[in-house]
Amino acid sequence: MKHIMRRTLGAMAAGAVLAAAGPVLAQSKTLKVVQHGNLTILDPVWTTAYVTRNHGYLIYDTLFAADGDYVAKPQMVDKYTVSPDKTVWTFTLRDGLEWHDGKPVTSEDCIASLQRWGKRDAMGTKLMDFVKEFKAVDGKTFQMILKEPYGLVLDTLAKPSSHVPFMMPKAVAETDAFKQFGVYTGSGPFIYQATESKPGERHVYLKNPKYKPRAEAPSGLAGGKVAKVDRVEIIEMPDPQQQVNALITGEIDIIEAPPHDLLPVLKKDKNIALDDWNPLGHVFVIRFNHLVKPFDNAKIRLAALYAINQEDYLKATVGDPAYYKVCGAAFICGTPNASTKGTEELLIKSNFEKSKALLKEAGYDGTPVVLMQSTTLPILTNTAPVTKALLEKGGFKVDMQSMDWQTLVTRRTKKDAPSAGGWNVFHTYSVSADALNPISNSYFVANGEKSSWFGWPNDPEMEKLRDAYAKETDPAKAKALAEAVQLRALETAQFGWIGQWYGPGARRTNVTGWLKAPVPVFWNIEKK
Amino acid sequence: MIDFIVRRLIAIIPVLTVVAVLVFLMLRLTPGDPAAVIAGDNATSDQIADIRTKLGLNEPIWTQFVIWIGNMLQGNFGESFFFKKTVGELIAQRIEPTLALAVCTLIFAVSISVPIGVLAAYRQGSVLDRVVMGFSVVGFSVPGFVIGYCLIYVFAIELGWLPVQGYIRIGVNFWGFLERMILPSLTLSVGFIALISRITRASVLEVLNEDYIRTARAKGLSNRVVLMRHALRNAAVPILTVIGLGIAILIGGAVVTESVFGLPGLGRLTVEAVLSRDFPTIQAVILMFSVVYVVVNLLIDISYTLFDPRIRY
Repeated sequence: MKHIMRRTLGAMAAGAVLAAAGPVLAQSKTLKVVQHGNLTILDPVWTTAYVTRNHGYLIYDTLFAADGDYVAKPQMVDKYTVSPDKTVWTFTLRDGLEWHDGKPVTSEDCIASLQRWGKRDAMGTKLMDFVKEFKAVDGKTFQMILKEPYGLVLDTLAKPSSHVPFMMPKAVAETDAFKQFGVYTGSGPFIYQATESKPGERHVYLKNPKYKPRAEAPSGLAGGKVAKVDRVEIIEMPDPQQQVNALITGEIDIIEAPPHDLLPVLKKDKNIALDDWNPLGHVFVIRFNHLVKPFDNAKIRLAALYAINQEDYLKATVGDPAYYKVCGAAFICGTPNASTKGTEELLIKSNFEKSKALLKEAGYDGTPVVLMQSTTLPILTNTAPVTKALLEKGGFKVDMQSMDWQTLVTRRTKKDAPSAGGWNVFHTYSVSADALNPISNSYFVANGEKSSWFGWPNDPEMEKLRDAYAKETDPAKAKALAEAVQLRALETAQFGWIGQWYGPGARRTNVTGWLKAPVPVFWNIEKK
Repeated sequence: MIDFIVRRLIAIIPVLTVVAVLVFLMLRLTPGDPAAVIAGDNATSDQIADIRTKLGLNEPIWTQFVIWIGNMLQGNFGESFFFKKTVGELIAQRIEPTLALAVCTLIFAVSISVPIGVLAAYRQGSVLDRVVMGFSVVGFSVPGFVIGYCLIYVFAIELGWLPVQGYIRIGVNFWGFLERMILPSLTLSVGFIALISRITRASVLEVLNEDYIRTARAKGLSNRVVLMRHALRNAAVPILTVIGLGIAILIGGAVVTESVFGLPGLGRLTVEAVLSRDFPTIQAVILMFSVVYVVVNLLIDISYTLFDPRIRY
C-alpha cells in the first residue's frame, strides 16, 4: 500500500515537475538550512541577532577574518602595513572585488562601512576611540590613522561574531547606524534574492558567480570562501520537533542547532550526522544588578559566587557531559587568553559556609533577591531554578520570577529597585567567540551607567586594566593583562561565567564540508 | 435586506474601535520593549534608548494612538519594527497560506461533519451514532498540536506519503500545494468536525420529531428526500451559526497549526509578532481578524434567508 501510494504520489509529482521544471531541476544543488531562529532583520549592524550575523556572512565579506586558530588573517585585504610608531595602518584591497551589482569595491565603501559599524559594536566603538581619521589613498588603498597605538586593530577587524564589521557599498553604509537599511548588496559568496525571499517562509541566496575566493584553503572564517552549491535556502521552521522530522525525511539538509533532548533521535538515523561546527561553543553568564541592594555590595555578590558552581548549571540545562565543559577561564578554555587563575575556590565548586559567612559579614538583611527566569529560551530555562537552589543553600532568600525572554530583556534595562519593577539577578549566554578578550566580552565593561552592560558595574580599576589590554601590542603582555582582568572581575564579583556548552549541528550525510568556525557558514559545503 | 446589511456594516465601526483601543492599550501596557528585542543581547541601555526614539516609542501613548489611528484611516497599517516592510505587504504575503488552510479545513469539516451528523441523528442510538458522538468528544478534547504530531508521525515519517511541513504556493505547484495542505487541514478540521457533527445531530434530531416530517413521510417521500430537503434544510440555521462562530476557533487553531506545520501564514506571523513585540503588525493582524470574524458572521446571517424563508431582515 505504501509503495502504491508513493507511486501515485510520484506520478502526481512528475506532473508537477513538468509544470515547474526550473526550480525542481535546480533543487539538487540547493542547500536547505534551518537556523536556530527566524531571520527578520537583514541589517547586521542594526541588530546583534545571530541569525542576522549568519545572513551577513552569506552576502557580505570582511576585511580580515579569524582562522581556525582564532588568528586574524586578511580576507578582502590583499596586503597591509603598519607604521613603525604603530599609528598608521594602510590596507590595500584585493584585485577584482565587486559588489553584487557589478560595481567595484572601493576604499570609500570600506571606510563608510567601518564608521557605521563603529557606532554600534562594543569593540568597534573602542577602536573608534583610538581612530584619529580614515584616509582613502586611492580606489583600493585606505589608511586608518590612530591617535596612539592600539593592540587590537586586526582582532577588531576580524571580529567573528556580532556585530561583525561587514563591508557594504558606501550608499548603504551611510544609513544612520540606528536605522535599518533596505538594500542588501554585498560582495560575498552568495547574493540575496529579495524578490524570492519571503520572511517567515524562506530566504533565498544564489551563488555569486563573480566572487573571487582567496587562494588559501578555508580555515575558520578565513581562507577561500568557495560556494559549492548553487543556491542556499534558509527555511523558517519554528518547531524543533518538526525540524528534526524534516531532516529525517530529507526535506531539509541542515539544522544549525537542534535541541539537546532531540539529539538521541538524530543519532539513531544513519542518514544523519552530527557536526560540532562550533568547537568554542557557548558560555552561560550570571549577571548581578550593581545599582540596587543587595548586589550593590561586592561582598554579597562574592557570597553568591561562592554559592554557585558550574556543573550544577550544565547538568540541569545540557545534561549530557559530552556537550558541556566545566571551565574556569572567563575568556574560554582552549583560546589564547584562557586562564583558570582565581577560580580554584570560585565558580567550580560551591562553598555554602563561606557564602553564609560573607553574607553575615556584609550585613545581609534577608531581603529576597529578585531572580528573573526566562521560560521561552529552553537552554536558559533551568538556569534560574539552579541559582535559586544554590543561593538559598548559601544563605540568600530568593524570589524567582518567571517571564518570557522578551519581557526579561525589557525588564533588565530598568535601573530601579525590584519593588519598582527592577531586578537583582538574571542569566544569559553568548557564543564563546564574543567572549575571547576583555574588549569583545561586553560583560567586563565596568564604567557604570555610561556604557556597561545590564547590571551597570562601575569599577575604574577594571577599566584601567581593559584600556591597558587594548593598548598592549605584545601578545604575552596582553595575555597577562587578560588574566588580571579576570582576577579583578572575580575580586569584585562583577559577574559569573557559569559553564561552557556545545550544541552540534545536524546534517544529512550527503552534505559535506561544513567548516569548523564560531559561526555557521555555508560556503565550502557540498551536496551530493 | 439592504437596510439590514448597511446597519450591520455601520455596526462594525464601534466594534472595530473598541478592538483597536483594547489592542493598542494592551500592547502598550504589557511588559516588553521592541527596542530591547531589536538591539539584541549585546546592546547597551543607551543603544536601546536610541532605537526606541527612532521607532517613536518615546512619544506619549495617546500621541502614538492618534498617529496610528490616523494612518489606519488612510489605509496605512504602518511599518513592521523588524521586517523592513509595511504591515500591508507582510499581510499580503502571509494571507494565502491562512486562507488556503481555512478554506481546506472548512471543506473537509463541512463535507464530513454534516453527513455524519445527519446519519447519527437518523440512526439515533445505533453504533454509528455512538461512534460519531464518541469521536466528537475525543475530537473536541484532544489539542490540535497532538493530533498534528500524530498525523505527521503516521503519514509523513512512518508511511512517507506526505511531507512533514512547509508550504508551496498554489500558483507555483498545485500538487505540491495539495500535498502540504492535507495534514494541516485534517489537524485543524478535527475539532471543527466534532463541533459541527454534534450540532448537526442535535438539530436534525429536533427537526425529525416535527409534524411536517411525519407528514412528508406519510406522503411517501424517500428517506433521502425527507432528510436532505426537509430535515437538513430546516436544521441548517443552527448549523450555519456554529460554522460562523467556529471561524474564531479556526483563527485560534491556525496559530497553532501553522506553527506545527511550518506554514508561513497569518497565524505564525501573529505569534512571531507577539514574541518580538512588533506592535504595528500585531495591531493590524488582530484588527484584520476582527473584521473577518464580523464579516463572516454577517454573511452567515444573510445566508439564513436562503434556508429559512421565514427569516426576513
